[in-house]
Formats: sequence, C-alpha cells, structure tokens
Amino acid sequence: MKRIATGMLCLLPLAAWAADGEVSLVISDHRFQPAEVVVPAHQKIRLMVENRDATPEEFESHELNREKVIAGHGRTVIYIGPLEPGRYPFYGEFHAETAQGVVVAK
Amino acid sequence: MFATGIIVFREVLEAALIIGILAAATRGIAGSRRWLLAGVMAGLLGSALLALSTDAIAGWADGMGQELFNALVLGVAVLMLAWHNIWMASHGVELAANAKSLGGAIRAGSTECSALLLIVGIAVLREGAETVLFLYGIATAEENSRSAMLLGGGLGVLGGVAVGYILYAGLLRLPLRWFFTATGVLVLLLAASMASQAARFLIQADLLPALGSPLWDSSQLISEQSVLGLLLHGLVGYDSHPAGMQLVFYVTALLVIGAGMRWVGRHHTPRKHAA
Repeated sequence: MKRIATGMLCLLPLAAWAADGEVSLVISDHRFQPAEVVVPAHQKIRLMVENRDATPEEFESHELNREKVIAGHGRTVIYIGPLEPGRYPFYGEFHAETAQGVVVAK
Repeated sequence: MFATGIIVFREVLEAALIIGILAAATRGIAGSRRWLLAGVMAGLLGSALLALSTDAIAGWADGMGQELFNALVLGVAVLMLAWHNIWMASHGVELAANAKSLGGAIRAGSTECSALLLIVGIAVLREGAETVLFLYGIATAEENSRSAMLLGGGLGVLGGVAVGYILYAGLLRLPLRWFFTATGVLVLLLAASMASQAARFLIQADLLPALGSPLWDSSQLISEQSVLGLLLHGLVGYDSHPAGMQLVFYVTALLVIGAGMRWVGRHHTPRKHAA
C-alpha cells in the first residue's frame, strides 16, 4: 500500500508535463513546434504529431531510432521511449534545413 | 539542389545495393534479368500507388498502419531472400559448373523467379515511395527552384544506380571459388538486415518490446549520415542505435537461413550426382 502511494506521488509531477505520457508536436511551415519537447524519462510516450503543411514530412531520428512519414494535413502517433535522461535530436527529412527539433528526457 | 540530390541518392542507394547483389547472385539463371527488370517496374508502379495511399495506410490499425505495412513487406522480403539463398545452396554444384563452362543458363523454377521479382519489387517500393513523396512536396511547394530540384533528383538517382552497378561489376570479377560464397553471404546479411528493420517498425508500433533501447550508441564511431554508415546500413543493416530486439531478429535470421543453406547444401549435392 505504501509502495503504491509512493508510486502515485512520483507520478504526480509527470501530469504537469503530459497526461498519460502524451506529447503534442505540430509541423507548420516546415518547422516543428515546439522545437524542444520535454518528456519524462523512463516512460513510454505517445508523440502526437500533426502536420499542418500541405506537403508530406518524414519524422526521423537516429537517436530515438524512429522514422515515420506524415502525410500533408495528416496526423499520426509515434511511440517513443522509455528514454534515459538526455537529449534526442530529431528532424524532418524532407525539409531538414528548417525542420529540426529535440526531445529532452528529464 | 544539392540537398535534394543527397536525399534521393540515399533512398536510391539502398535499393540499388540490393539489386546489384541479386543481379550478381543470379547470373547464369535463365531469364533472371527479365525478372529483375519486371521487379523494378512493379516496384516503381507500386511506389506511386503507395505514395498516393500514405494517408489511407497511416490510418489503419489505430494509426500504426505505416509500421505494420513496412514490417509486413520487410517480412515477405526476408522470406524470399531466405528462399533464394536456400535455392542457390541446393543448386550450388550445378551453378558453379555452369559458370565455369560459360554455357547456357540453368533453368529456375517459377518460385525462384517470383522470389526475385518480389525482392526487387519490395526494395524499389520502400525507397521509391519515400522519394516520390519527397519530390512531390518540393514540386508543389517551390515553383521557382523546380528545375534545380529535378536536376538534383536526377543526379541522386544516377549516383545511387552507379554505386549499385559498381558493386555488381565488382562481384562479377571475383574468382569463381569466392563468388558463390560472397554473394550467398551478402544475401544472407541483407535478409538479416531486413529482419532487424522489421523488428524496428514493430517496436515503433509498440507491438514488440525494445529489449534495451538503444543497446549501444556507435554514432560517434560511424555516423549513419556518413558515406560509410550509409553503405554499411545498406549492405549489412548497420544501425548506430539498435534496440535489443533488432539484434535478436538479426541473429535469428542469420542462424535460421544459414542453417537452411547448410542443410540443403549437404543433402542436395550428393543426390545430384546419383541422379
């Protein structure tokens, strides 16, 4: 019982970051918004990506080991983590000169 | 233009390496060139269709359609590569004798031909669809630089094809006693690499546990963005941040297909002489 209570207390601050390990990311004008996504470490996260541009984009990150195409005006979910604390850069392969971002696990 | 060329080059390179290896491995098999060409054509047609259906596929399986589709297609490719390699092992003596005599090509069954068609078709399909989407985005967005982008894209295609051809021509120059071993090992590694990529998509879809992610980080040693990293990725499935499950798939594919080749090679060869 005590362990459960402690566990729940530990989860409390996470709620401020993201409900149920969900984080939103928007692609607009070939840029990621926000460009820095803060997520809790050691937890699986659903990255909800919305592409507001008319053109497709490919979310790619060697550090996160992820690769997914998002159609123009499309939405998708990318599962990431559980991550060790640290910085994990990602980019939009189709517009890499502007579409740059980083996931920060804390 | 330069950025476009590099992206197109990267995509074309992966498919070109696979086709280069298979084209070399199937020399001396009657009709193999026709089947390879048919595979490329089918793959190109499929790329356009797949690019058009990106949104529809993405919607399957609660948004995990793209991962499942990729894993499925890669799984089929692994099976076909396994079939091909085991078939080659069972015809090793015949193929070697044939290559020495420079005589007529040996006849392959329809299964081997369909396997060839499928492998090449899938290789082109996967990389082609991404290239189509990328170029489509550019063509609609930046009208003023369209010709520069087209030129870049064209150069990327040429570059990728050139590397694939160099690999093919190089393999053909190998002495015969090395040739079948070399192409067999390369095809085996391709199969393992695709099995590992299939695992990556299943992990991404949250259908498989990662079993340690990443298992290691070798990006300081060999970056996947570097030329060496690209080649190693295309040839042996190099990944700078692999998940443990990918390694499990990789090693399992190596062991299972390798065992199949040995078993068939051992059981088939003596019987050939008897018959």
